[in-house]
Amino acid sequence: MKKTLPYFIVSPYLLHLALFVLFPVVFSIVLTFHKWNIIAPMEYVGWGNYWRLFNDRLFWKAILNTFQFLLVHIPLQIIISLALAYFLNQKLFARGFFRASFFLPVVISGVVVTILWQQLYGLETGLLNRLLINMGLGRVEWLSNPHMAIISIAIMATWKNVGLYVILFLVGLQTVPRSYYEAAEVDGASSWQQFRYITFPAINPTFFMVVILSTLGGFSLFIEPYIMTDGGPLNSTLSAMLYIYKQAFGYYHMGYSATLGLFFAMLIMAVVAVQKYAIENDE
Amino acid sequence: MGNLKPYKIILYVLLGGAALSFLYPFYWMILASLTPEAQIGELGVAPKGITWDNYAQMAGKIPIWRSLLNSVIVAGLSTLGVLIFGSTTGYALAKLPFRGRNMLFFIIIFTMTLPFQITLIPNYILMVKFQWIDTLAALVVPALNSAFAILLFRQAFKSIPDDLIHSARVDGCGELRIIFQILWPNIIPTIITVGILTFMNSWNDVLWPLIVIREEKLMTMPQLVTLFAVGGRAEAQLGVKLASAVVLALPIIIAYAIFQRHFIQSMASTGLKG
Repeated sequence: MKKTLPYFIVSPYLLHLALFVLFPVVFSIVLTFHKWNIIAPMEYVGWGNYWRLFNDRLFWKAILNTFQFLLVHIPLQIIISLALAYFLNQKLFARGFFRASFFLPVVISGVVVTILWQQLYGLETGLLNRLLINMGLGRVEWLSNPHMAIISIAIMATWKNVGLYVILFLVGLQTVPRSYYEAAEVDGASSWQQFRYITFPAINPTFFMVVILSTLGGFSLFIEPYIMTDGGPLNSTLSAMLYIYKQAFGYYHMGYSATLGLFFAMLIMAVVAVQKYAIENDE
Repeated sequence: MGNLKPYKIILYVLLGGAALSFLYPFYWMILASLTPEAQIGELGVAPKGITWDNYAQMAGKIPIWRSLLNSVIVAGLSTLGVLIFGSTTGYALAKLPFRGRNMLFFIIIFTMTLPFQITLIPNYILMVKFQWIDTLAALVVPALNSAFAILLFRQAFKSIPDDLIHSARVDGCGELRIIFQILWPNIIPTIITVGILTFMNSWNDVLWPLIVIREEKLMTMPQLVTLFAVGGRAEAQLGVKLASAVVLALPIIIAYAIFQRHFIQSMASTGLKG
């Protein structure tokens, strides 16, 4: 075998890496110091874009919205997926059917799910409000109330993704041998004690994986508010990603949107690093 | 089943309710897309005056079938590229000794932790400079490699004994033939996983197409349906919007109905490896 052969084999990847990953990373840093609309020549602005970012109240609002989304989405996702996985992890009739139906929204495009839920959330004829009214309750302003809209989007995102986390928790739960529970039963451990001391340690790795995956997913929140609300009402569903998109492709502020993207990516990496640190020091 | 304990009955009610909440909205969506606009507001479980009108109107307003073809081309080529380059690069990392191999491995892992928000804007500018805006190349070429696929293939090739490769070389096989003819039949589950994940990611992606494609006849299906839903052309007609959503969902629903187990296993492995 020739010495150069391995390099030849990996060369398509290296070319791709240089072009679509390494160059963009370097270029994005260069861009943050410039003002550019692609057509006119680039204009050096020093730290101008960074100053603008720190004073951009709409951007901070978008960051805050994104965190608000995560704050609703992550706990909801964990509680529901863990409960459903726990129920499914028993001898059951039609287990495969339940599993498959929970998983269906996971494979379907977020575009479909959003168009569908936009209708479910409709104020007058939406299915959810019709259901609430039939039950004798009042209707909810799912998307028109600025305090409610981001929560509604978080509920929808949970509905879409929860099936994936059910499967992940189920895999975790199945690593626990049944004999552990039987032994605990003999020793008189309560259900809660069994969960706390046997189940929880076994699914701990899954638990944090779910947190990190839904954090990353939540930070990319884009198409749902893009279709459903366009960031409204009163910018209450403007996600960071939607704001970056608007700055770049609505106004062609390439330098500024690259600055926002870089800053936001750093923030994501920092949040995930903190979560990982918390995991490793939790034992 | 015999005698059901009360505990089991509660369990079935809860699980049944959950399953209903995931399935019914899709059933309703398909039904509503087949219902005259005026009746959708009262639609519950039973059909009300089935009609194909919404589909005919939708297909008259947007080139939906053309976008289906575009999506198949883009997702198909991306998947093919990721399978080929993922295998070759993964094979080199697993089985060929070369200087810089460990560094390359760490770079690949590093790229996986890099949020796409950093590279999004520069990649768009790259497409402008290549004059790839409004070409399918902008959708396919940047998607031809995947760090995740390389790592999965590396893992799969590592589990294959070296003897198999050595004896193939003695028989005069080139490295490409070794990868695709000798080794591929041994790693079918990995190929299926990478194939499903890549195809689905490409099929469902909408942000990147929105950025690089402006011309309607080159749009992918999720992009076209998105712009149809947010733009004014559906003229606030719900049934027409839902019809476009059903056409977008249907290919995946059918594929999922057939390969359900593979879908679930593949998607679960994203979490487990990541």
